[in-house]
Amino acid sequence: MDEILRQSLFFGGVLTLGAYSLGYWMKRKWKLAIFNPLLVGIVVVVVLLLAFRVDYDTYNEGAKYISYFLTPATVCLALPLYQQFEALRRNYIAILAGILVGAVTSGACVLGLSALFHFSHREYVTLLPKSITTAIGMGISEELGGFVTITVAVIVITGVLGNILAEHVCKWFHIRDAVARGIAIGSSSHAAGTAKALEMGEVEGAMSGLSIAVSGIITVFLANIFAKFY
Amino acid sequence: MNYLKQLMIILLFTFGGEVLHALLPFPVPGSIYGLLLLFLCLEFGAVKAESIRETAMWLVEMIPVMFVPAGAGLLKSWGVLRPILWQVAVITLVSTVAVMVASGKATQAIISLQAKRGGHSHGNSSHREKGA
Repeated sequence: MDEILRQSLFFGGVLTLGAYSLGYWMKRKWKLAIFNPLLVGIVVVVVLLLAFRVDYDTYNEGAKYISYFLTPATVCLALPLYQQFEALRRNYIAILAGILVGAVTSGACVLGLSALFHFSHREYVTLLPKSITTAIGMGISEELGGFVTITVAVIVITGVLGNILAEHVCKWFHIRDAVARGIAIGSSSHAAGTAKALEMGEVEGAMSGLSIAVSGIITVFLANIFAKFY
Repeated sequence: MNYLKQLMIILLFTFGGEVLHALLPFPVPGSIYGLLLLFLCLEFGAVKAESIRETAMWLVEMIPVMFVPAGAGLLKSWGVLRPILWQVAVITLVSTVAVMVASGKATQAIISLQAKRGGHSHGNSSHREKGA
């Protein structure tokens, strides 16, 4: 199987879009949170690759052209931000404070739990940049001497989790303000969460997109400080 | 032709972000430079929102799809992840929820405090939510 597919450049793309579409269809049909299209998409791809013994690299040879668009898509988050600039201008103190609180909370959680699980320093710094965008997080992990592959994996899991949980966490914890919701989602789960924030509303999406940038930059400095604690 | 132009503008800003990343010494990725660059150009009228809107919103909507290959990449890092799997799972779940709650609650508290005190940021969210 792997032999045939290794010749194909478009197999990865078809599988990715197909798996995601299946998740989207399941979500619309059953309306259950567990049928999150992103989660279903990943699970279906993993199961199919394992079942047909196809190597991940064979799949990614085509799928990487889909990942390729993540950078321009992140750049495009400037548009909702521009359209909702008034909400940013009006609440900038609350926004900056909220993002800072989020970044400190992330570091504190990783610090406390790493100590609880008797992690090594290397494992600890691997997880420090877990809430921010992959591009910045990888750099931090590398600089602090972490396992970069695990950092990437954890950042992706965090994003998927944020995408699934965002609406429910906002409801359970009574986060009702649109600006606050956006900041909450973007600070905790980067671009994958932001996609969900945009579904919730344009203010949410714009603020979430802004948080990716601000939180990422704050974490560069914070992670260096937190790395000295354990 | 319309979409071609829109995509070209978007890729141009992405490229601009990459160039800034290469030139400047800060640990900021090209995508964030590109975002800031595009935002400034929109704000100062150098680029009109109309000239990128459909393609930009389509790309943004497709973001979750772009995470599928990376998510399936767990297959590759499974070997390194397995020995500390449940600890990592606990940390990821706890901290993701904690960060969401802490930053959301903090932002919300300050917004309502400012609304009470000054009145000028009054009712912002309820009005704006409808524009979505």
